[in-house]
Amino acid sequence: MATKFTAKPDELSKIDYKPPKKGWLDTPAEFKEHTFCWGAKAKNLNIVEFPNARDWSPAEEDWKLPENWQEIVLEGIKDRLGKYRSFKLFMDICVRCGACADKCHFFIGGGDPKNMPVLRAELLRSIYRKYFTASGKMLGKIAGARELTLDVLKEIWYYYYQCTECRRCSVFCPYGIDQAEITMVGRELMNLLGLNTDWISAPVANCYMKGNHLGLEPHTIINSMEFFLDDIETITGIKIKPTFNRKGAEILFVTPSGDLFADPGTYTAMGYLMLFHELGLDYTWSTYASEGGNFGLFTSNEMAKRLNAKIYAEAKRLGVKWIIGGECGHMWRVVNQYMDTWNGPADFLEEPVSPITGTIFENAKSTKMVHIAEFTADLIKNGKLKLDPGRNNHLKVTWHDSCNTARGMGILDEPRYVLRNVCNHFHEMPEDTIREKTFCCGSGTGLNASENMDLRMRGGFPRANAVKYVRNNYGVNMLANICAIDRATLKASMEYWVPDVSVCGLHELVGNALVMTGEKERTQDLRLEPLPEKEAKE
Amino acid sequence: MRLNSLLTDKKASILEKWFDVIIETYPPDTASFLKNRNNSFANPTGSTISQGIEDIFDELLRGLNREKTSQFLDDIVRIRAVQDFTPSQALSFIFPLKRIIREELAAEIAGKHLSDEILALESEIDGLALSSFDIYMKCREKIYDIKANEVKRSTFRLLQMANLINDTNGEEPDLEGSNNLKIKRGEVKK
Ligand code: SF4
Ligand code: SF4
Repeated sequence: MATKFTAKPDELSKIDYKPPKKGWLDTPAEFKEHTFCWGAKAKNLNIVEFPNARDWSPAEEDWKLPENWQEIVLEGIKDRLGKYRSFKLFMDICVRCGACADKCHFFIGGGDPKNMPVLRAELLRSIYRKYFTASGKMLGKIAGARELTLDVLKEIWYYYYQCTECRRCSVFCPYGIDQAEITMVGRELMNLLGLNTDWISAPVANCYMKGNHLGLEPHTIINSMEFFLDDIETITGIKIKPTFNRKGAEILFVTPSGDLFADPGTYTAMGYLMLFHELGLDYTWSTYASEGGNFGLFTSNEMAKRLNAKIYAEAKRLGVKWIIGGECGHMWRVVNQYMDTWNGPADFLEEPVSPITGTIFENAKSTKMVHIAEFTADLIKNGKLKLDPGRNNHLKVTWHDSCNTARGMGILDEPRYVLRNVCNHFHEMPEDTIREKTFCCGSGTGLNASENMDLRMRGGFPRANAVKYVRNNYGVNMLANICAIDRATLKASMEYWVPDVSVCGLHELVGNALVMTGEKERTQDLRLEPLPEKEAKE
Repeated sequence: MRLNSLLTDKKASILEKWFDVIIETYPPDTASFLKNRNNSFANPTGSTISQGIEDIFDELLRGLNREKTSQFLDDIVRIRAVQDFTPSQALSFIFPLKRIIREELAAEIAGKHLSDEILALESEIDGLALSSFDIYMKCREKIYDIKANEVKRSTFRLLQMANLINDTNGEEPDLEGSNNLKIKRGEVKK
């Protein structure tokens, strides 16, 4: 079923490359190689007791669907129309003004019209009309309604796993229609049929069983930290001894596991360790709540809730007062937008107060979880950190606003404030590509697999294009952000589009600049590369 | 070079037509979006193609500087190499330039015995197509490298922990430019 990457000889002989003009309703999705992820495996769906678990492949004609798949989907839609008012509203109110049409990075970079947000919504909306509205039932196609056929089901699957739930389109919609929420519902429906992807369902299963995406056990997590601690000692002469699963600590620290295992996230983790040590913070890591990320969010509400609950259960078990969360993107959409409804209020915890500055984090009153960028910005604002931004002089930095933290919760100025204090060369990308209008990395919501690399590169192009601009004009060589998925996926995107730009987390730069009590004269940055001035002196 | 001055005169209309043919290789709804080149950040594909073909055309007039032309071709090919095109479709954007030039200069060619110059120009354009093919292949190879590098990056610490890597010289794995799983922070232990 998947199209191969070559043209047939008779296609070649026709030099006219114009695509045929056909209505989108009548053009079934063609599954092109390198654009979609592999199907979920039965064993992972079984772990979380999801229905219709089986091994299947999107590239095969036969998806091994249950006999009554149509009924399941329609029941699922009905159920969600009743449960989520926003979904019902989004199905009803679009006036097809087209303001969102050219705002999606997948459409901009790839050019497939079905990646226009308005059409992406229409894929599902046409089914809604057919089965749940009087006009659609009567008038059919004229009213924009269509039957739920197997082709249509596959089309919805294909395009709902080509949306990163980044919400850029919603910023431009006069009605605030949020395609991210429609995509979430679409993916929930797919999960009723066992149609998740492997790249999402495996981390979900691992996280559910072991507490993190890779399924790593406590000793492995602690071991991995040893490497950072050794490197920090090499760089600063200071041996840090963090604690794990310590009951009675004031603060629990939770960060995406990517920070512990994948470069360049690992340097960011070194930054956290150095900062907390310097502050003498009474905090602990947990080897059970060892994942800030929540791939449940890319699966279903229920699954996201179950995974999120584990962090709070661990906070309760350890008896901490509140939680600091590391540099993760979607973890914060979960905490900021959904946690309180699902698992809140976390009354057994206390309203977060910085033990260093006395600042009360009122925004975290209910969730009791503070973003590390807010925590660090507050420290700097109150003059609690000694910083030497010159140690980042070899870096010309630009800032990528991650969709979830920027659009999802409005963390726009805190990281910029931190950046301006820890480095001397910071250049913004063009206005239409930052802050609320930021472009997605192109690989969020569990699309960061490798089998769909072409899709990822298309989606990453608008962001990379803006990076290229600051590279050409200001010599930018570092793209900083506060999201673990970004740190991994922007690295890939830069390799393809702007190869001389590297990627880092905010706290890597903080770690470089932080002047620690009793440290030796630094000659290396956190990547163990020589600091520029030191090199020059020699 | 009589041809050159004619081409310079007709530059705007040749480029406009060339741009339109390229844009028409996209679906109609997409084409109308790509044609709007007011904001290069909102429409990087359209803008890059537009800028790229102008740069290439100028190079043709000046006499090709291989390195520069290659960069301009790269800007366009890199985009089309990951879009919904077969390799031949992705690279189809070069050839129409020949037809467009012949159409635009039809009268002049007939009247002024330009056929030698035209042939020379056309073989330059064929050369561009061949370079594009090399660039396309490099882009596709890069995609495979990126996939491999991603796996290496995400497993490096784990290999290190499993004590498979002899961590002596404190360097990062050399991910760029190496196809095999070579880990520079030390050797993989036997
Ligand atoms: S949420 Fe983002 S990825 Fe999804 S349609 Fe909107 S702009 Fe595109
Ligand atoms: S901007 Fe809003 S109302 Fe307009 S087409 Fe898009 S979703 Fe519909």
